[in-house]
Amino acid sequence: MLGFLSFIPRAVGQGIPLLYGCTGEIITEKSGNLNLGIPGVMYVGAISGVIGSFFYENSVKGGAMNGFLAIMIPMLCSLLGSFLMGMLYCFLTVTLRANQNVTGLAMTTFGVGFGNFFGGSLIKLSNLDVPTIALSKTSAYFSATLPFAGKMGWFGQIFLSYGFLAYLGVISALVVAFILKKTRVGLHLRAVGESPTTADAAGINVTKYKYVSTVAGCMIAGLGGLYYVMDYASGIWSNDAFGDRGWLAIALVIFTIWKADIGIFASVLFGGLYILYLYIPTGMEHMELKELYKMIPYVVTLVVLIITSMRNRREDQPPASLGLNYFREDR
Amino acid sequence: MENGNAAVSMRNITKTFGQGVIANKDVNLDIRKGEILSLLGENGSGKTTLMNMLSGIYYPDSGEIFIDSKPVSIRSPKDAYDLGIGMVHQHFKLVDVLSAVQNIVLGLPGKLDLKGAREKIKEICDKYGFDVDPDKKIYNMSVSEKQTVEIVKVLYRGADILILDEPTAVLTPQETQKLFDVMRNMKKDGKALVIITHKLNEVQEISDKVAVLRQGEYIGTLITKDTNPQEMTDMMVGHKVELNIERPTPLEAPKRRIKVEGLNVINEEGIQKLKDVSFEIYSGEIFGIAGISGCGQKELLEAIAGLQKVESGSIKYIDDDGTEKELIGMDPLKIKELGVALSFVPEDRLGMGLVGNMDISDNMMLRSFRDGHGVFTDRKTPHKKAEGIVNVLHVDTPGIETPVRRLSGGNVQKVLVGREISQKPKVLMTAYVVRGLDINSSYTIYELINMEKVNGTAVIFVGEDLDVLLQISDKVMVLCDGQVNGILDGRKATKSEVGLRMTSLTKEDAD
Amino acid sequence: MIKKNKEPLFHLVKRDTLPRHIRILIRLGAIVLALILCAALTAFFTGINPIQVYGSIISGAFGSARKTWITLQDLSVLLLISLALTPAFMMRFWNIGGEGQVLIGGLATAACMICLEGKVPSAVIMILSFITAVLAGAFWGFIPAFCKSKWNTNETLMTLMMNYIATQIVSFFIIVWEVPKGSGKIGIINQNSHDGWMPALFGSKYMLCITVSIIVMVFLYIYLKYSKHGYEIQVVGESENTARYVGIKVGKVIIRTMLLSGALCGLAGMLLVGSINHTITTTIAGGQGFTAVLVSWMAKFNPFTMVLSAFLIIFMKRGAGEIATNFGLNQSFADILTGIILFFIIGCEFFINYKIKRSERHDEKGGSEC
Repeated sequence: MLGFLSFIPRAVGQGIPLLYGCTGEIITEKSGNLNLGIPGVMYVGAISGVIGSFFYENSVKGGAMNGFLAIMIPMLCSLLGSFLMGMLYCFLTVTLRANQNVTGLAMTTFGVGFGNFFGGSLIKLSNLDVPTIALSKTSAYFSATLPFAGKMGWFGQIFLSYGFLAYLGVISALVVAFILKKTRVGLHLRAVGESPTTADAAGINVTKYKYVSTVAGCMIAGLGGLYYVMDYASGIWSNDAFGDRGWLAIALVIFTIWKADIGIFASVLFGGLYILYLYIPTGMEHMELKELYKMIPYVVTLVVLIITSMRNRREDQPPASLGLNYFREDR
Repeated sequence: MENGNAAVSMRNITKTFGQGVIANKDVNLDIRKGEILSLLGENGSGKTTLMNMLSGIYYPDSGEIFIDSKPVSIRSPKDAYDLGIGMVHQHFKLVDVLSAVQNIVLGLPGKLDLKGAREKIKEICDKYGFDVDPDKKIYNMSVSEKQTVEIVKVLYRGADILILDEPTAVLTPQETQKLFDVMRNMKKDGKALVIITHKLNEVQEISDKVAVLRQGEYIGTLITKDTNPQEMTDMMVGHKVELNIERPTPLEAPKRRIKVEGLNVINEEGIQKLKDVSFEIYSGEIFGIAGISGCGQKELLEAIAGLQKVESGSIKYIDDDGTEKELIGMDPLKIKELGVALSFVPEDRLGMGLVGNMDISDNMMLRSFRDGHGVFTDRKTPHKKAEGIVNVLHVDTPGIETPVRRLSGGNVQKVLVGREISQKPKVLMTAYVVRGLDINSSYTIYELINMEKVNGTAVIFVGEDLDVLLQISDKVMVLCDGQVNGILDGRKATKSEVGLRMTSLTKEDAD
Repeated sequence: MIKKNKEPLFHLVKRDTLPRHIRILIRLGAIVLALILCAALTAFFTGINPIQVYGSIISGAFGSARKTWITLQDLSVLLLISLALTPAFMMRFWNIGGEGQVLIGGLATAACMICLEGKVPSAVIMILSFITAVLAGAFWGFIPAFCKSKWNTNETLMTLMMNYIATQIVSFFIIVWEVPKGSGKIGIINQNSHDGWMPALFGSKYMLCITVSIIVMVFLYIYLKYSKHGYEIQVVGESENTARYVGIKVGKVIIRTMLLSGALCGLAGMLLVGSINHTITTTIAGGQGFTAVLVSWMAKFNPFTMVLSAFLIIFMKRGAGEIATNFGLNQSFADILTGIILFFIIGCEFFINYKIKRSERHDEKGGSEC
């Protein structure tokens, strides 16, 4: 039971960045854009927040930090960073109609490089005399839980032991699910992703929908990066630590068959699979087996991918125009 | 033309695509309220392009559009709707995975109120006499249902100016009559209607005026009741055309070539497309297949070509010496290896018959690239063949190296038919072989097919224009909902007889 | 209900194919613009002037004989991986699993070197390395191809997942073979015996990679352009319907082509382990499986042009690496510059495929193009 109690919060902690990435990619893909740049966007979202809070923390050196600013500065920086990445992707694929796969991969190259470059060079560039990027004060604000959470026993540990970004992630997934299912905007967005020609003929501004949903998707995904570094990693940036979570988020989209509410459970499940190796005893003699256990989330995704393609149900298929750019006068 | 009380006036509209393809040139057109205007022209005469500029799909290169005498600029379909213009496209603009009501409210502002929308849809249906199930998913609908959804969608938006692009092409005569009734109701309601068509009988039946386009240019407008088919045809094609297609006799006595028995096909969606189809085809004969679109023609041809999975039945090819070869379970390659010379001109020319991005010579290679034993392809022979086809069939192209997608529809078809005939087929299958072609290209194709017939090829000719079908075919098999509904003698059968068999299954077996 | 509609200032039209020299000119223009921006950015971070920036980049890539050789070797590896992916891309099969296919090939080579040291002659190890690496890479390419042909499984995501599975298999074996125990590293394999180390060619240890990539380049050019297989790949890529129509078995072509793609990636893995690094790590492919997608695309799948696009990437990487080292910045600086260049090249395709027409009512002189 003890092992399980510590497992759930860690699984959730691993799952939240995936949830943000997955939610962001779902609304992006619903508009017909397959954004393979999400891993890069999440790096940019993370490092932008780090840069913001790095300067803020160092500017108030020794003095007390304003809790509101400590949260808002990294948040806004992160949102701005991923906003710009989203705009770049849209400008290239929607306005200039560039190949989506190529653009996405280039964005990932750029974004991961951007994150690692500033992560590794920030101290040098800012000429500040600090040994590492450890934003523990800011992180304390991000990972603060409700004051009574600790007193609630197992309930508190499983449901209340997270920083606010975790709940924001769940809320944003629910909001996205609601918008897609129940609102006119959601209906229009689905039409754009299924058949842009039809949406266009119905008077829906395809370009606007693609831009807004893709940029919003990037901003949501970027918060996943911010959550990772500020809450999960306690404000300590280390290069490449975020790893391949962005790619896993894209895989999750398929796992959830493009439904954001399923994403909440699926991301916790994946988060659990991601750290499962820590809970499977191997003994000191066979440390190598842990490496095989780390493979589990990828193998599971692979299996899901294959099974959904085998079943081939109409309702479970990707948006019909996914990956294709729209040009009205095409003939 | 006077501007008068026209609901829409188009003045000197010009639209070009790419280099030198003029879709519309200096077109003038007036559309009035309480009037049905037929927009008549051959395929490719620019009718749809012109109307697409009213509905905001295209933007004119030059010229002006007036709505109620005020100049307007229609940048997008939304602008068109705001101006009260609604168009029902030939290829329906519906989202398959959404329901009827979701499609109908698509693009409208305000809060999503599907309940209110359902009520309003019912009102519209009652007023004009439609029938729509608002919660049915589009992918479960028949063509006629989809069209109804499209029309309701336009009316739901309060359109006063309705444009219908070849609405009857996919309908049965009964459904067409229903549509015409609705159109008359709308006309009484004071709406301005445009119907794009190339069927003269429909022009006469439904419209008050008829405007004629020819090769992108506006020829003139006639009062329907004061004109006659001959005059309209002349305006449409520019010169008097010999409407008679030859029906030559083959050089040799006919031999049985293909025998189909009890063929059943179920498509990927689980719908039975062919039910117990049986027939025989002889060499030196053109075997016409009639039927409204989507009632099994495609599946039948593809089953013979080895492209369609078959549930049960048999398709036998009979050689000159009488040996029978079963074709079911074969793919196109195996059929070829079996020594069966089968050529197939599919409906989807650039999507199936040819590769749009390859040049003419490389497209010739599609049929011959396996020739020779080495690992390398022979490029000289296809190149020569391409040159031959370009010269003999007068393909209008800048060169052999031009990608075929850049050619016009008629020239694309000449390349495809030319290639298929150059295989020296024993069996030639063609599907909608003249769709979208101008009159001259059509006749070139008819001649080619007749030549094949004279030389003893068994030709299967799937067509949509009954006049052509009856004039060129020796026999006409009518398909109705995937079943054979009579095989008629092409010399004796009448259009109305075929038309009736297309739409309703007859009990007694024809000859 | 008539609202004032704004006159559109411009609208887009698709262009006919531009003459070759103009297409090249547009792309060159984009690269030059990107390079200027890169120089400005570098100047901003380092404080040196832009001309110096390019001085440093050039000296980073070609500053000494050794640097030049390494640049050429890096170029040949990236070129080899790009070439490997190309047949699949021509078939519109988005294989972004080059990374995994290279790793698995490398792992096979490492396994031969470690397990057979001293047991068989070095030459036999080399031959077995080659065979197993090629087979392993081909197998890694076969799995997604099989699923694609059988169930139409999305190959982009599938190959992506295969990368991570390969990574974990490699880390598993690294722990199994680690030297010394507990270090989590393998270190240089067969440091003393040099068993299974690929030979130097023409007196240079760098020449093997370069030669292999040149051979593969010429082979692929001929294969894609003149062979029956190449023709089938083109037809499948353009239209699967047409392929079926002429009796090409689409599934078979997909599997065959991915076997080739994977095998060539495995070959690259063999060179990385057996000839260049003599060790294996999980990052030995260094993201080149992804970069190669971009290299191949930039070259429009032409094997010869790929030399240029691969060169551009390697040149910037080596050069930017030099600058980063000199100024104590992170090596990832190169990725930022690479990203910028890619964005410009991706963006400039627009001007090759489309033209912008001004509305003629405002501009009576007629549609002006840009």
